[in-house]
Amino acid sequence: MVNFSRQLTNTRKKFALFGKASHSRGIDDSIWIEIEETLIAADVGVSVSLNIVEKLKLESKSNGAKSLLELTGILKEQLVETLSGYDRTLVNDGNPSVWLFVGTNGVGKTTSIGKLANSIHKDGHSVVLAAGDTFRAGATEQLGLWAKRAGSQIVKGAEGADPSSVIFDATEFANARGIPLVIADTAGRLHTKKNLMEELSKIQQVAGKGPGSVQEILLVIDSTTGQNGLTQAAQFAEAVDVTGVVLTKLDGSARGGIIFAIQDQLGIPVKLVGIGENLDDLVPFDAEAFVDALFETKA
Amino acid sequence: MFEILSDRLSGIFGRLRSKGRLSEGDIDEVLGEVRIALLEADVNLNVVKEFQLAVKQRCLDAGIQKALNPAQQVVKSVNDELINVLGGDAMKFSYAEKPPTVILLAGLQGVGKTTSAAKLARWFKSQGRNPILVGADLQRPAAVQQLQTLAQSIDVPVFSNTGDPVETAKEGVLEAEHLGRDVVICDTAGRLSVDEEMMEEIQRISDSITPHYTLFVIDSMTGQDAVNVAEAFDEKLELDAMILTKLDGDARGGAALSAKSVVGKPIAFVSTGEKLEDFEQFHPDRLANRILGMGDVLTLIEKAEEAFDKDEAEKAALKLIGGQFTLDDFLDQMQQLKKMGPLQNLVEMMPDMPQGVDSSDIDDGHLIRLEAIIQSMTADERTVPVIIDGSRRSRIAKGSGTTAHEVGQLLKQFKEIKKLMKGQKKPNRKQRNKKKQGGKRKGGRTTPRISKDQDSISVPKEIEELVSQSDPKEFDLSKFGTLPEHDM
Repeated sequence: MVNFSRQLTNTRKKFALFGKASHSRGIDDSIWIEIEETLIAADVGVSVSLNIVEKLKLESKSNGAKSLLELTGILKEQLVETLSGYDRTLVNDGNPSVWLFVGTNGVGKTTSIGKLANSIHKDGHSVVLAAGDTFRAGATEQLGLWAKRAGSQIVKGAEGADPSSVIFDATEFANARGIPLVIADTAGRLHTKKNLMEELSKIQQVAGKGPGSVQEILLVIDSTTGQNGLTQAAQFAEAVDVTGVVLTKLDGSARGGIIFAIQDQLGIPVKLVGIGENLDDLVPFDAEAFVDALFETKA
Repeated sequence: MFEILSDRLSGIFGRLRSKGRLSEGDIDEVLGEVRIALLEADVNLNVVKEFQLAVKQRCLDAGIQKALNPAQQVVKSVNDELINVLGGDAMKFSYAEKPPTVILLAGLQGVGKTTSAAKLARWFKSQGRNPILVGADLQRPAAVQQLQTLAQSIDVPVFSNTGDPVETAKEGVLEAEHLGRDVVICDTAGRLSVDEEMMEEIQRISDSITPHYTLFVIDSMTGQDAVNVAEAFDEKLELDAMILTKLDGDARGGAALSAKSVVGKPIAFVSTGEKLEDFEQFHPDRLANRILGMGDVLTLIEKAEEAFDKDEAEKAALKLIGGQFTLDDFLDQMQQLKKMGPLQNLVEMMPDMPQGVDSSDIDDGHLIRLEAIIQSMTADERTVPVIIDGSRRSRIAKGSGTTAHEVGQLLKQFKEIKKLMKGQKKPNRKQRNKKKQGGKRKGGRTTPRISKDQDSISVPKEIEELVSQSDPKEFDLSKFGTLPEHDM
C-alpha cells in the first residue's frame, strides 16, 4: 500500500505553527493560546484541545522545555501516544466475514468500499460487494462500476429492496463460492433518523444470520466534519457495534481532528484513511503522519 | 439541528437573566461562554473572535448598564449580531431578461450537490418555471444516473453527455435554449478546494456558461475548514449564494455562520430532509432566533418594551416599595400586559414554560374577569381592599358577573403579591453569599443596596428587580390566577 505520510506531504507544504523561522522561538504565554487555537482550527474541539494544552504545560515543565521546537516535539509525542494502543487490523476469519460500511450521507462510503475492494483484489484475494444502499438513486450503479474496476463480484437488489436481505444474499453468494469476504455498502443516513438507525441494527443482525459473520462495522467519517462527528459516532455506535472509523477526504484542507474525541470518548480507533482520488488512496491509519498533518499549513 | 447551540446559549442567558445589573466584566465572562458555545457549534475561530468583539461593541453602544433590563440587552445584542452575520432578508432570485437563467452548483464531494440540483429544479418548477438539469458530474460513477432518476420523479428533463464536463455544460445551455427551458441548473463533480486542476476545470465550466447564479453547496456538518473551502471556491467562481444541506441532522450549523460571515454571500436555500420537497428558502432572522433557543423571546422583549412605559413601571415599583401599591395599579399592570397580545401567544414565545403550565390552559378570559372584578370596586375599595367584607364581595361579584369566591381569590392573591414584594424578594444564592461575605467584612452591615461594582448603576435593587418584571421569564402567571392548580 501507498506510503501515507509521503502522500500527505505532497499536498501540505508549509508549517503553520512549526515553521523553521519559529523554531527558535521561546515559550511565552501566547504560545499556549496559539497551540489551542491550532487544535481548534483542526476540529479537535474546545475541551479536548484544552486538555491537550494542559497536559502539554505539565509535561513541558517537568521536561524543562525551553523552545518551541522542543515543545512541538513533546506535543507530537503526546498526541501520537494518545492515538496509540489500539488494534487497527481488519478482522477477516469468517465464512465469509462481513465488513459493513455505515455513515451519514456523502461521507464516501461507496468510494471507500471501491478502493478497499481494489486493494484486496490487488493483494490477490477475492471479495464480494453487497449493494446495500438501495435508497439513493444511482448508488447500486456506482458500486457496480467500482466492482468492475476492482475485479470483484457484486450482489445487487432492486431499488428500494430491503438492504438486510441484499447483504444476507451476498453472504450466501460468497459462501457458495468459497469467497471469504463480503464488503457491504449501506445507504447514508443521518444519525438523528431513528427509523433509519433501527434499520441499521436490523442489517447487522440479519447479516450474521446466514453463513456470514459481521466482523467489522466501519463508520465512515468525512474529515471536513466538525464537532458533530462525535455525535454521529456515538449514535452509530449505539445502533450497531462500530469497530473502527474510516476517515475520508484527508487530502483536502480539513484535518479530521474530531477523531481524538471519538477515540477518547467512544474507544473507536481510526482504521483506514482516504487520502486521494486514486484507486489505491485508501490506506491504513498512521498516527504519526496524522499528527504531523494536523499542524501543517496546506498548500 | 441548531438546538444544541441553542441549549447552550439559553443556559448562559438563563443565568444572565437572574442578574439585575451587568458590569463590563460580566459581559466579558458571558462572551467567553458564548465563544465556547460557538466553537462547539463549529463556528470558525476567527469568526468567533470577531463576533465577540462585535457583540461587545453592541452592548457598550446600547449603554447596557442603563438598559431597562441589561441581561436582555445582551441577549438582544447577541441576536442582532447573529442576524447581521447570517445576513438580512431572504435572497430573491431575479430571472435573466433573455432566458435561460443559468445556475451553476459547486462544492466539495458528498455535500449534496446532485440532490440539491434536483431539489432546486423542483423549487423552480413550483415557481412556475421550466427548468432543465445538466449533469456535468462526469467524475463520480453513476452521478448522472442519480440525477436522471431524481429528475424523472419531478418530471424535469436532464441533459448530459460523456467526455468533457466543460463541453457538456455548454451543450446543456444550448439544449435549454433549444427546448425553450427558462432555467438551467448545472450539477458539477465534487472537488477539493486544494485540487488545482479540478478548480481550474470548474472555472472553465463557469467561463463557458457564464452563470447568472453560482451556488456553493455546503454541508451543515462541516467544521472549521468550511471557511477556507468557501473562500477558495469564491476566489475561483465568485459565488452568489450558498445552499446549506443536511439541516435535518443535529449539526449546529456554525459552518453556515462562518462561511456567510467570511465570504459575505447569503444562504439562499436550506435542505432539510431526504425528500425532494424538503428544501426551502432561507430566512436568516428566524434562524438566529432558533440558534439562540429563545423561542421568540425577542419579539416578546420588543413587545414588553413597547407596552411597558419605563417611567410608569418605576412609579409603580416605588409605590410598591412604599406599600402604596393599590388594586388600581394592579389593574394598570394587567392592562399593560394585555397590550402585549393574547397571553397564550406570550406563553408560547417563552423558551421554557413555567412548570406545569400548558399554554392551552391559558386564556385571556381570566384576565378579563380579574379586570371586571377590580372595575366593579369603588375607589375606596381599590385603595384599601381590607374594607371589602362579605356584602361588598357579593356586590362586586354581581357587578362583575363573577362569583364571590373569585373575588376572594383575587384579593388573596393581591395580598400575597404585596406581601411578597414588600418583604423583599429572595435573592439568588450567589447574591446571598456575597451579602454574607460583605457583612462579615463590614462588621455586620448587610444592606445590599450599595453597589460594590464601579461599573454598575446605582438604582436601588428593589426598583431594578421590579422593572425587570418586563423580563418575560419573570412573569409569574400564577399571580393572575390562570394556572391550572388554582381552583377557580
